[in-house]
Amino acid sequence: MSLMALREQLNGLVNSMFLEGLLDDQFEQLQMLQDESSPGFIAELITLFCGDSERILAELTKLLDQAVVDYQKVDAFVHQLKGSSSSVGAQHVKLACVQFRQFCEEHNKEGLKGIYFFRCLRALNVVKHEYYLLRGKFDTMLQLEQRIQAYESKQQI
Amino acid sequence: MSSPRGPKACGGGAADRPIHVLAVDDSSVDRAVIARLLRSSKYRVTTVDSGKKALELLGLEPNVNMIITDYWMPEMTGYELLKIVKESSELREIPVVIMSSENVPNRINRCLEEGAEDFLLKPVRPSDVARLCNRMR
Repeated sequence: MSLMALREQLNGLVNSMFLEGLLDDQFEQLQMLQDESSPGFIAELITLFCGDSERILAELTKLLDQAVVDYQKVDAFVHQLKGSSSSVGAQHVKLACVQFRQFCEEHNKEGLKGIYFFRCLRALNVVKHEYYLLRGKFDTMLQLEQRIQAYESKQQI
Repeated sequence: MSSPRGPKACGGGAADRPIHVLAVDDSSVDRAVIARLLRSSKYRVTTVDSGKKALELLGLEPNVNMIITDYWMPEMTGYELLKIVKESSELREIPVVIMSSENVPNRINRCLEEGAEDFLLKPVRPSDVARLCNRMR
């Protein structure tokens, strides 16, 4: 595939992610910070975000699997994930975290705790769904970037 | 008192030594973001993941022109770090900026009353960093 075609594919992918709301304005601001002095910034950031997110999702799964759920710990982890998704511009993941935290808070109300637990579990699944959807596209984005950079460095020889 | 250079050239210190910012945040993602934001404005940046490590570094490295710290951190909050810095005769002149993902007016006021230079709401963006340009020591 030609360099131009690769660039078009990458731009198309990123634009569609903005249009669908997977990414917001924060990501756009961060893209502008990548330059010759830090060519790998976005790739590094995405890698950090994914590693962090998967660690948190694993912890959340474990916490909700306990006989007695520690909702304070659950909330602390969701807060972390909300923070990092907000910092990279992962809008859908962030919104899913906001929703999740609301269910965590509701759990503290009396009565029908079973239902609230179920809602939390479902909220976690929504976060996972949004995260893995985003991750798939991030993976493609990084692969395309790598191929483009390989092309560009070959051209400079 | 405006500089003839643009905001991007904010990093030059008094003796043309780059301005050194210490960034404190327990989130690796947020550290990467704040570091990149500051470096693209030509600041020299050191990142640490806790208040305790920040104090260790400040003990060793006197030439820090600004501390920018997250509010919510396990073990030592940004507020607690701020208090320690402001109560220390060696460190109290260093401007401290607090970052938080939550917009809690009481929290913001408390930090400003304790001597914080500014309070930034996360996600932090280039315009926030540009604002800090004139606050460096």
